[in-house]
Amino acid sequence: MSIILNHVSHVYGAGTNQAVKALDDVSLKIEDGEFIGLIGHTGSGKSTLIQHMNALLKPTEGEIYFNGADIHDKEYNRKMLRGKVGLVFQYPEHQLFESDVFKDVCFGPRNLGLDDKEVELRSYAALRQVGLEDEFFYQSPFDLSGGQKRRVAIAGVLAMKPEVLILDEPTAGLDPKGRDEILDLVKRLHDENGITVILVSHSMEDVAKYVGRLIVMDHGKVQYDDTPMAVFAHYKHLETMGLAAPQMVYIMNELKESGLRVRTDVATIEEARDEILAALRLKNTL
Amino acid sequence: MSIVKTDKLSFDYIRRDEEGNVEGITRAVNDVSIDIKQGDFIAILGHNGSGKSTLAKHMNAILYPTEGTIWVDGKDTADDDNLWEIRQSAGMVFQNPDNQIIGQVVEEDVGFGPENMGVPTKEIWERVEESLKAVGMYEFRLMSPNKLSGGQKQRVSIAGVIAMHPKCIILDEPTAMLDPNGRAEVIRAVRALNAVENITVILITHYMEEVIHADKIFVMDKGSIEMEGTPVEIFSRVEQLQQLRLDVPQVTLLAHELRKAGLAIPTGILTAQELKEALCQLF
Repeated sequence: MSIILNHVSHVYGAGTNQAVKALDDVSLKIEDGEFIGLIGHTGSGKSTLIQHMNALLKPTEGEIYFNGADIHDKEYNRKMLRGKVGLVFQYPEHQLFESDVFKDVCFGPRNLGLDDKEVELRSYAALRQVGLEDEFFYQSPFDLSGGQKRRVAIAGVLAMKPEVLILDEPTAGLDPKGRDEILDLVKRLHDENGITVILVSHSMEDVAKYVGRLIVMDHGKVQYDDTPMAVFAHYKHLETMGLAAPQMVYIMNELKESGLRVRTDVATIEEARDEILAALRLKNTL
Repeated sequence: MSIVKTDKLSFDYIRRDEEGNVEGITRAVNDVSIDIKQGDFIAILGHNGSGKSTLAKHMNAILYPTEGTIWVDGKDTADDDNLWEIRQSAGMVFQNPDNQIIGQVVEEDVGFGPENMGVPTKEIWERVEESLKAVGMYEFRLMSPNKLSGGQKQRVSIAGVIAMHPKCIILDEPTAMLDPNGRAEVIRAVRALNAVENITVILITHYMEEVIHADKIFVMDKGSIEMEGTPVEIFSRVEQLQQLRLDVPQVTLLAHELRKAGLAIPTGILTAQELKEALCQLF
């Protein structure tokens, strides 16, 4: 059970004088139950890559397999695939359109051709999963706050019971608390429901905190594919790609240069605190 | 000399049903009295729905107070005769770059504002050139805005505002949709405008790292000003900020954690450099 990309390339406007190679020979294997971060500056190919995973885009070269089957086979049921691999776009609340929250969430599962009862059961469960209380179900989605709207949009995808959930910058434009709420929700979906998650993010702090594997895209190629800390060790190279390491990595490097013997492969504030305290203790007892 | 001054400003959003009857009233800004000096760099923080944007929209007369008064460059916005002068003194930049660019070519877009003000053609071109140079976009002047990155588009939007020669520029989450590079470009351009051209900057943002150089920070909650002070003063109150659904810069948070663990580290640390110096005192 996995997604496999085999030497996938994608060219926009192929055959014209404006052809742009957005993906360049990408091979990846995404296993069940992984929590993956995907980073890269604007235009690096992240969005193009994730749109291949549920067949919204077709590779110019290469193949994509979902659970062993080539998703561009003539007989392959791509509608089913789009239910299994759920994609939450950037600013998904811009896509809300129904007159009330519940109807909006029902739209996805209904399009999968499920019967009414199943559609409603799934939609109800999805709204509970994202933590929206019953009182909001029959309100217009446009009367909700930004964070609530976003959760409704995510519920719309969850109601299709995806095995893989791909989120394109789900926290953009939210306040710090709203960011934490959405990311904690995603983490819960991963931990408790075993959903495979691919999180596209511009925040190094967020990927450092949540993901187990980090993929870095640059110029349409996969530059790094490793644990977050192993990737952040290359922070100087990341900077040349328009990216950066979490701020803690910089702070720890500065401290090390000024003579405090700390590890530099820490990403969260708690780790940094413990590391600094330990180093100070060692220094003062020696 | 104050550029934006409010006296007990309140604003209600009124929801109406299809027949026009009042369904509900939401107080978005509540009894705000602030005084912003010409040339200051001001930041406004607050969670989603705290009233920041509503307050900002009063500053160039997109919204008018339900109660109280706001003066922009000494002029009461409630007086219709002042409208054009106010819009010219206080320019606004919004979150989404794609919603504010109308020109087919960068320089044409930047010229739109002064052209609408009736500026002579020769002067329009001079203003376009100086504005694009001020935000570092002059070399892109003949390109189509479609070909630009988000950060570049936002800088074109800012140039469009500067071309109107405002005294004050209000930026409502200008970096929310940008990647880290684009964010840094925009903030660098805004800081330069403030430092070099002495334009008053009012920056609304969710990114705490963007406001550590501000002269003054206002923190809003439920439509009211909850905190006001310098970055050092504001970010020394970590717990209160967290209660208001906000963050503090990562460095400040680390310093706060270390202090809680018993280290003698001063409050109000905002940069890695300051933290390094404080820690070096300890060993």
